[in-house]
Amino acid sequence: MESLMAYVVGILFAAAIYMMLRRSIVKLVIGLIMLSNAANLLIFVVSGMTRGAPPLIPEGADAPLGAVADPLPQALILTAIVIAFGVLAFAVVLIRRAYEVVGTDDLDQMKDTDT
Amino acid sequence: MNLELALPILIPLISGALSVALWRSVRYQRILAVLATALLLAASVWLLRSTIDQGFLVMEMGSWPAPFSIVFVSDILSAIMIVLTGIIGLAIAIYSLASTPSGHEKFGYYPLMHLLLAGVAGSFLTGDIFNLFVWFEVMLLASFALLTLGGERAQMEGAIKYVTLNLFSSAIFLSAVGLLYGTVGTLNMADIAQKVATLEDPGMVTVVSMMFMVSFGIKAAAFPLFFWLPASYHTPQVAVSALFAGLLTKVGVYALYRVFTLIFTQDVEYTHTILLWAATLTMLTGVLGAAAQFEFRRILSFHIVSQIGYMILGLALFTPLAIIGGVFYIMHHIIVKTNLFLVSGIVYRLLGSYELKDLGGVYKERPMLALLFLIPALSLAGIPPLSGFFAKFVVIRAGLEAEAYVVTAIALLVGLLTLYSMIKIWAEVFWKKTPEHVKSLSLLKGDIKKSHMWAYYVPVVGLAACTLYIGLNGQPIYELAEMAADQLMNPELYIEAVLGGAQQ
Repeated sequence: MESLMAYVVGILFAAAIYMMLRRSIVKLVIGLIMLSNAANLLIFVVSGMTRGAPPLIPEGADAPLGAVADPLPQALILTAIVIAFGVLAFAVVLIRRAYEVVGTDDLDQMKDTDT
Repeated sequence: MNLELALPILIPLISGALSVALWRSVRYQRILAVLATALLLAASVWLLRSTIDQGFLVMEMGSWPAPFSIVFVSDILSAIMIVLTGIIGLAIAIYSLASTPSGHEKFGYYPLMHLLLAGVAGSFLTGDIFNLFVWFEVMLLASFALLTLGGERAQMEGAIKYVTLNLFSSAIFLSAVGLLYGTVGTLNMADIAQKVATLEDPGMVTVVSMMFMVSFGIKAAAFPLFFWLPASYHTPQVAVSALFAGLLTKVGVYALYRVFTLIFTQDVEYTHTILLWAATLTMLTGVLGAAAQFEFRRILSFHIVSQIGYMILGLALFTPLAIIGGVFYIMHHIIVKTNLFLVSGIVYRLLGSYELKDLGGVYKERPMLALLFLIPALSLAGIPPLSGFFAKFVVIRAGLEAEAYVVTAIALLVGLLTLYSMIKIWAEVFWKKTPEHVKSLSLLKGDIKKSHMWAYYVPVVGLAACTLYIGLNGQPIYELAEMAADQLMNPELYIEAVLGGAQQ
């Protein structure tokens, strides 16, 4: 399972970077979305995947019995998802405004601020 | 509970929320902005004083003992950075009174400014690596909105590059945090440092350290990842440019200093050699880029890049003297760079352009303004007795002592080329005659009096006074940098301060 997920993460990163290298700004944002998902999934995979062992402490005990799933990565991912959501909402508005102002969605045409 | 540790974050957050509540009344937002940043400066000085007294201040969120809680830690370096944030915040708040177009003020300029300051202060104070990521995002989101406020074509194009590269860097940062957590199972920086040192296989840690270097390198605008900076920093209105120039890239530099002195010191030979060459090439490419530019703010933007090189150079040499030099350089640079952008804004106000070919004759009409430009400009180039001379002197001396002769030679050459750029601006903007095609000279000659001109000059004079103070009275500043470097070179002090209570 973990090796399969590792491949998924790798493919997501590769696809995200491929999309970011395209000329259209819409594809650029799709690439950014995939990139943040890839990073979230990476956190999930590297911190170890434990199935069917919720981190609950049975009544009367001080600590969970045996190996349990680590709840912290999920908290991290949740935070990261919320942040990515806000940032990407901004990015979508930005590309729409940029399209209106510049009149093209081609990154190669957006060279006014380069030298 | 250390109140002074929480105040630098709470003041901007609360005043940001208050500014939103006062949305309709720009007048009160302006008063609040100046008051809040003045309070921030006072609180930051308080923080610095008590950090000097106690060495480290630690605050555990929710009173959970570290490493389980999120901690806020202030060492001397953090406290210095917070004081600089306060100085720049106050300068920008006063300057904004005059320079910000009223359309921007109505669309939330002040709340965003407070939020940006909160993000910057949080990044400097947190002792938790994931929390650092969160503060980075707070700061980034505020900066995105500030950068695009106004919505002109150049701003949109610059913002796309800025947003893309910064989000890319955040994704790498997040992945690196994940990998680090998977390796050592903790997020508290002091705890990470402790566990990394005992790890049997340091190979993985080196890989992760490279990811941190790339991520913070993008944020600090280090070679080869600096292209977003000169493409975007000259596009927004000048107060925003100045704020970004002073603080944002320095957060990346601070993060590099933090992780590469505290956590990733297991393979200094490898990691810091890469940093050394990145720093050298950053200096060189930045200054050469500036030499090819003929727009006031774009020249200054490229110089941010080249100056970042000196700061990273201090870290990369990794000797006590070099770290002192790096910290000193950060202090000098933040003040000087912001000041130069502010001067460019005054020139724009007088002549209506940033293009060197459309400017001229300022010295004849406004000799005092020319002097106010010369102080930070010569300081940036490293002319004694201004602050830049001592900053460069310490870094270069550290380079010679570490026998990195090639790098030191390049650093000296870059200083010379910086002087060339500054003289170019001086000759074009201040010295030459006003070009024939420039018609609107009434403001420059002072025929029309504008209200609020004092708000342009107060921050510039104040920051120039800081530059002179650092230059003429360098000893206490040097001692401060020495204390910061001493703590950075002995990470066990930091670890003990944060985790000391938990181990007993």
